[in-house]
Amino acid sequence: MRFNPARFLLYLVLAAFAVYYLMPVYVLVVTSLKSFAEVNLYRMWDPPRTFSLESFRRALFGGMGYQGLGPNLLNSIIMVIPATVISAALGSLNGYIFARWQFRGANTLFTLALFGMFIPYQSILIPLVQTLRSIGLYGSIPGLILTHVIYGIPITTLIFRNYYATVPKELVEAARIDGAGLLGVYRRIMLPLSLPGFAVVLIWQFTSIWNDFLFAVTVAQNPAVQPVTVALNNLAGSFIVEWNVQMAGALLAALPTLLVYIFLGRYFMRGLLAGSLKG
Amino acid sequence: MRRRIKRETLLSIILVLPSALAILVFVYGFIGLTAYVSFSNWNKLFPDYTFVGATNYLRLFQNPRFVITLRNLGVFTGLFVGGSLILGFLLAVLLDRRIKAEGLFRTIYLYPLALSFIVTGVVWRWLLNPGSPQMGSTGINLLLEMMGLGFLKSGWYTDPRIGIIAVAIAAVWQMSGYVMAMYLAGLRGIPEELREAARVDGASELQIYRFVVLPLLRPITFGALIVLGHISLKIYDLVVAMTGPGPGYSCDVPAYFMWELTFRANRFAQGAGIAVILLVIVSLLIIPYLRYSLRREVEA
Repeated sequence: MRFNPARFLLYLVLAAFAVYYLMPVYVLVVTSLKSFAEVNLYRMWDPPRTFSLESFRRALFGGMGYQGLGPNLLNSIIMVIPATVISAALGSLNGYIFARWQFRGANTLFTLALFGMFIPYQSILIPLVQTLRSIGLYGSIPGLILTHVIYGIPITTLIFRNYYATVPKELVEAARIDGAGLLGVYRRIMLPLSLPGFAVVLIWQFTSIWNDFLFAVTVAQNPAVQPVTVALNNLAGSFIVEWNVQMAGALLAALPTLLVYIFLGRYFMRGLLAGSLKG
Repeated sequence: MRRRIKRETLLSIILVLPSALAILVFVYGFIGLTAYVSFSNWNKLFPDYTFVGATNYLRLFQNPRFVITLRNLGVFTGLFVGGSLILGFLLAVLLDRRIKAEGLFRTIYLYPLALSFIVTGVVWRWLLNPGSPQMGSTGINLLLEMMGLGFLKSGWYTDPRIGIIAVAIAAVWQMSGYVMAMYLAGLRGIPEELREAARVDGASELQIYRFVVLPLLRPITFGALIVLGHISLKIYDLVVAMTGPGPGYSCDVPAYFMWELTFRANRFAQGAGIAVILLVIVSLLIIPYLRYSLRREVEA
């Protein structure tokens, strides 16, 4: 291997960009490991001299005059699991029908549903709050779950539809000849092949529901049911919360989706490409 | 056989019916209600559906804050969409040169996408905190000083002239990796023979990108434009967590103003008006795209 200056430069540029993307995480990690005595805005790039997990303890369980994020992390978990599972199940069924059973008007219906994926949710917030109030779900986690499931229908249907469209026609025909009906084909052919599709949709929904702020802050303003994004925003906006605790809180709120991304990145990517329609 | 097909068509319709109804009510019905509210007199806590015509829209356009948010949205969208497209394309081109550890670089460039805008906002608020002349610089300013680039220091979101640019910087950081991933997938789909043929014809590397690669990537550019565009027009969380409306509303955007008006000031009808205006802007972008995708699919 001869030294190649052009290649060296290329790697140097790539590394510089990597530093740029990692910079915020560096600040997050370094600051949250510092003790309060060491936290100093004007030394924020310095590595910690002491090593302390106190900030994480406070971010989870609270400190002088403020609540921790622990209960909110729990709220997020209670919200995200059912919402993700239900929307994946609905998306799978819808996607199967739109991919395989073209009744008249199916394409128009599908396009009309897709529009729901792009709308600014501001344009439905006021009636949403009124409706949730009238059915007694306003300010509750079930209300948030319902909201996420409904507004998740377009994207989950789209991903599953595109996924099921790749299942070879011959497989379906063969099952039809064996006498399988609409649900039979779904159960015997589609579902067993669905695992990668489910992985993509579950990860996609998990990430977007966990990270959602707009629905959470509108539907669940009551601190007892607040998901972690809302609580983190309050924590970080409060002047009495130590800076290292804010950073630890942000890290804790980011951890679940980051772990999913790091370990299941492949499926994450596929959801991403599906999210832009035909990729 | 025919009866069986008929019965199954009916079954298929019954199975999608709950979802279809949910979309009909929660998307289209609610949009209709929001539009209805925007023409009403509901600018206090309790509903008042008296029809007042376009009054709320007129009020909005007479409100300097609303006009500022529209201008900010234009600046933000231009910088965010343009910046993410250029940076994402650059990264994809760099990564498409048989890089060792490509996977590692890709993972690093893309991870911000897994974060919520709230986390991004919280971190970037500190990174773009300019510090003060008395106490010294902090965040990015401090970093620039340490690198001898002190002349690049800025007041970022505390400077009323450029507040919204600071928000765009954080947004580009978060979304450029997504554009990189899309372009990289697209570049991988271009057969090497095509570039080779252009090379044989005497085209320079730059010309190959200009006349062969970019035209072939046009559908990807188009798709990325749509995704970034609709995220940009709806931008809300990032502003909440990072800056709030900023000095002189220099970081304010319509979605933020809508929420404040509606749920803090109880001016529901005016908030609904902003929501409708936002929806119209997004629709101008999305409806042609949906029609285009649908047509392409029918032809395929």
